[in-house]
Amino acid sequence: MGKFKENVIQPILDCWSLIVGLKITGKYFCKPLITVHYPREVLDDENLRTYGGHVELIGKSKDPAMPKCISCMMCVTNCPSKCLTVVKSKPPKPTAAEEAAMKAAEEAGEKVAKPKAPKNPAKFIYDYSLCSLCGTCIENCPAKSLRFSNDIYWVATSRKEMKLDLLARLKAQATELSAPVHKTEAVAAAAEKEA
Amino acid sequence: MNAFLQHLIPLVIAVIAAMIWLGLNALVWVYCERKFAGHIQRRPGPFEVGPHGILQPLIDGLKLMGKQLLTPDNADAVLYWLAPLLSMIPVMLLYMPIPYGPILTGMEVNLGLLLILAFSSFSALAVILAGWSSNNKWGLLGAARAVSQTVAYEIPLLLTVLAISFMTGTLNLTEITNLQAGYIWNWYIFKQPLAFLIFLVAMFGETNRAPFDLAEAESELTAGFHTEYSAMGFGLFFLAEYGYMVVMCSVCSVLFLGGYHGPFPGVDGWWWMILKTFALLSFMIWARWTFPRVRFDQLLNINWKWLLPLATFNLLATALIMKL
Ligand code: SF4
Ligand code: SF4
Repeated sequence: MGKFKENVIQPILDCWSLIVGLKITGKYFCKPLITVHYPREVLDDENLRTYGGHVELIGKSKDPAMPKCISCMMCVTNCPSKCLTVVKSKPPKPTAAEEAAMKAAEEAGEKVAKPKAPKNPAKFIYDYSLCSLCGTCIENCPAKSLRFSNDIYWVATSRKEMKLDLLARLKAQATELSAPVHKTEAVAAAAEKEA
Repeated sequence: MNAFLQHLIPLVIAVIAAMIWLGLNALVWVYCERKFAGHIQRRPGPFEVGPHGILQPLIDGLKLMGKQLLTPDNADAVLYWLAPLLSMIPVMLLYMPIPYGPILTGMEVNLGLLLILAFSSFSALAVILAGWSSNNKWGLLGAARAVSQTVAYEIPLLLTVLAISFMTGTLNLTEITNLQAGYIWNWYIFKQPLAFLIFLVAMFGETNRAPFDLAEAESELTAGFHTEYSAMGFGLFFLAEYGYMVVMCSVCSVLFLGGYHGPFPGVDGWWWMILKTFALLSFMIWARWTFPRVRFDQLLNINWKWLLPLATFNLLATALIMKL
């Protein structure tokens, strides 16, 4: 009896699932569209927050042009695609007067505190053409200095342009001088002009 | 001579009309299918060429015609190019015996149903030839699958059609239509509901439509039998598929939905036929964008374990009732 139920009754009952499927697609057919007709319509920035674009640096809250990065190289070692290059800063070169003072102190047998290198990186290069957007660098950053950008309008016409200098980008974002104007803002500005 | 011409001229007109009807249908239904798919997935479908993308199929057609025709190395060139033609030409013939209206029938033949069933096998032959001659392993696999699929689905289809002709005692499609005149309960869908369901399922199998498009199966066989075809080679297969869909839906509406007869007396006309056919076509598209493709063993199981026994049972029951 069990076999009969399994092989005969159940398939007939399962046919109901076909009707359910048709019902669902039929329902969606009647719902309004959710696709945005891109050049004519754009999403506002609020809706772009979930978009994961290329990796970018996060600035300090006090000094937005300076990344939180401490040049620990965790992101570089963990990146499976080897697309990050971080160069640590060198200690600042002492001026002639300081050098003389240091020498004098050394001769006098005192302990000399050599100037330490700053923690923030000297160079932060990211090759977007290699990145798989896996997020490993973001997860592993102890200083929480990396994130995915929300910029969906970023394009490049050559592979070279896909090598981004993230420090320069951060600076540009902080000053907002050369930062790319978002499409929505452009549209809003155009609308204002027309009004 | 005169009598010969008298028969020839209407036939030529009918063939030309069938060609126009086929081309028009293909254009409209390619567009409709894409729009339908779009709306089910809540996107607009073709949108850029013409208002709401209405010119898209035309432009696609032009593009297909403008492309280069390639024959793969070591392919059997004769068979390779015969296949798309073979898929296309019989489709035109299939339109001939379908009664769109009392006088809107291309060719009155007593064996109309038989003619359609016989010539519809050409589409399977075309698929097999295309896959076999392409010198491509996906094509070959597509052909192999097409054989077992079409052979399998032809049988329940024939058995259901046979049940109808048992009831009516004729193979003439116009006569079958006329027997369903009058009120809606004269339609054979109410006398043969099981046959209608089997026909509907077998129709998907016969026309190689999703969820039974295993000869094509782009996710497993890249594109199956037409992997190697470029430009209009592919275009003809594509046209034939839509042409064939229209034929099957027309036959279905003639056999089960009363053809050009309205649901009550006095409102008959070709528009009923068009309406019913298009409703069935929409259903085919709807089903395509709802159901996932079945696995090959499932496809054969559905046929041999369900459709075939049910169709046989239906046929025997019909025969018994007709005899009593
Ligand atoms: S997202 Fe992945 S691939 Fe891209 S830079 Fe980070 S670790 Fe490397
Ligand atoms: S970005 Fe984060 S993980 Fe990478 S070097 Fe800077 S602090 Fe370390």
